[in-house]
Amino acid sequence: MSMLSTGRPTRPETAVGAGDPATLTGARGLLQQEPLIFELGGWDKTGVDLPPVPDGLGADDLGDLVRSEPIGLPGLSEPEAVRHYVRLSQQNHAIDLALYPLGSCTMKHNPRLNEKLARLPGFSDIHPLQPVSTVQGALQLIDELAHWLKTLTGLPAVAMTPKAGAHGELCGILAIQAAHRAKGDAARTTVLVPTSAHGTNPATAAFVGYQVQEIAQTADGRVDLADLEAKLGPHVAAIMVTNPNTCGLFERDIREIARLTHAAGAFFYCDGANFNAIVGRVRPGDLGVDAMHINLHKTFSTPHGGGGPGAGPVVLSQALAPFAPIPYVVHGVDGFELVEADARAFGRMSAFNGQMGMFVRAYAYMLSHGADGLRQVAEDAVLNANYVKARLSTVMTPAFPDGPCMHEALFDDRWLEGTGVTTLDFAKAMIDEGFHPMTMYFPLVVHGAMLIEPTETESKAELDRFCDMVIALAAAARAGDAARFTGAPYHAPRRRLDETQAARRPRLKWTPPAPEAVAAE
Amino acid sequence: MHFTKDHEWIAVEGDIATVGITNYAAEQLGDVVFVELPEVGKVLKPGDSLAVVESVKAASDVYSPISGEVIAANDGLTGNPETVNQAPESLAWFARVKLANAAEVTGLMDRAAYEAYLQSL
Repeated sequence: MSMLSTGRPTRPETAVGAGDPATLTGARGLLQQEPLIFELGGWDKTGVDLPPVPDGLGADDLGDLVRSEPIGLPGLSEPEAVRHYVRLSQQNHAIDLALYPLGSCTMKHNPRLNEKLARLPGFSDIHPLQPVSTVQGALQLIDELAHWLKTLTGLPAVAMTPKAGAHGELCGILAIQAAHRAKGDAARTTVLVPTSAHGTNPATAAFVGYQVQEIAQTADGRVDLADLEAKLGPHVAAIMVTNPNTCGLFERDIREIARLTHAAGAFFYCDGANFNAIVGRVRPGDLGVDAMHINLHKTFSTPHGGGGPGAGPVVLSQALAPFAPIPYVVHGVDGFELVEADARAFGRMSAFNGQMGMFVRAYAYMLSHGADGLRQVAEDAVLNANYVKARLSTVMTPAFPDGPCMHEALFDDRWLEGTGVTTLDFAKAMIDEGFHPMTMYFPLVVHGAMLIEPTETESKAELDRFCDMVIALAAAARAGDAARFTGAPYHAPRRRLDETQAARRPRLKWTPPAPEAVAAE
Repeated sequence: MHFTKDHEWIAVEGDIATVGITNYAAEQLGDVVFVELPEVGKVLKPGDSLAVVESVKAASDVYSPISGEVIAANDGLTGNPETVNQAPESLAWFARVKLANAAEVTGLMDRAAYEAYLQSL
């Protein structure tokens, strides 16, 4: 062992007695234990210099608007506020730190080129109430992005203003409702949704006022055509189907689903959350889809999941196009114009024109990839998921072992039987190993589901690192090392939370400590 | 007691049916954190949502297997949803329904048939 002149080894961790003592402060290395923002700072170090009250004015002039209690805002200086949020961010996970295999969420890399272009002042410093003559470039970008969304989906119209996937669903179902009403058809009160659907699908239909009826699933994870046919009728307004579906499978009968739906006089809404698996390869319009939202933040790589707002434009068929919401961009005599009034439009999804910053990022992604690049996005998404499915099938039980999957690999929990480890435990142990867990317990149709979407932007090396970790953890579970799982995470900034009590008796608001307790300290 | 394929139990006394979810359903749901009950007076037909049960894993509708009017709801569950895990087939009944059509109950499974059904899952 090489030694220092002080008599200690040059490698400090080999020193006698080098253990793992708990820190005195509760911090871990440079990772601080961070209190709530309300527990930080204080009003003694922040403040605002207000001008003197003009002569003749006093508190009496405010009448009953005079505040009688402190407002209760936290009082932090700028460095305190900055450090608070940076410390919190260090305790979080992000796609910029590691693979983020959240199924049905497409957490892929957001290219920095998108960010650079979104920060161009002509896009970032404009205001929606500016005269249209001064924002022609922004309107042109919306128009060109709309053109390519229509081209990629094979549908003739697109509503650009919805601001997220579920908002897009709402837009699509409102357009469908408007189309039925325009025909004087008030008998259609029901929307059909498969059992494996995203929860937002039935929620959207119910929010618009429809009854929701479930369609059964076949043993191989697809829509049960016989059940669909039995449930279709003059009372059905629409069917909402995700393709590829939430089991990561392509609905191979999708054209028949569309045919049956249209024959019953209903519209076909497609949940486009998984469009990254087919973009450039399949045009939903060719499949008979009437409306589909496109999660720009998933398929076209704009930040989301706490990293930024989403954007959910909805492509529409000829039958639905007249009912698209205002405002929308058109080519006018003197350039681009915004249509703010249209008697046939069902209404408005947002005050202005949607998420401009996301439009710029998505368009930058499209143009930098080109048609061949977008096609490869879909191919790589599917290839990566099948690589993960093949490697992990050696230790886990795939929910649908026959045939390839699309962009995500779905496993059930049969392989954990008898280990004393649940899906939840396994997911928590992944945090200790430095990975964000996959989606768990969804879709509901698969017992103890584990849904892994590696996405198209991970390299083979990173996929192998992930698979090696899962395979090693699976071996530990099989070897009877249940304690590694049931108490996990052991190494995260927070240990496992009491989710049950948090849901049963939620404490949603910070309450200041009682004055006595403060005085006693 | 009668059972459905959706894992509900129905106990009938006279023309009053008491409805809840089975041990199996409670176990599959995991720890129940929230129960939404029907309002007294609500008129149900088979397949209508009778209650919503939310666990740490999922939120699920409980569908009414019968038609009739809700005459009582087990309000105690709202403050103590854990009862659904502790005593699903006794204390944790969801609603009592005045049966509109007693024949609907006779078509349901008895315990032996339900247990055989569970074995088949």
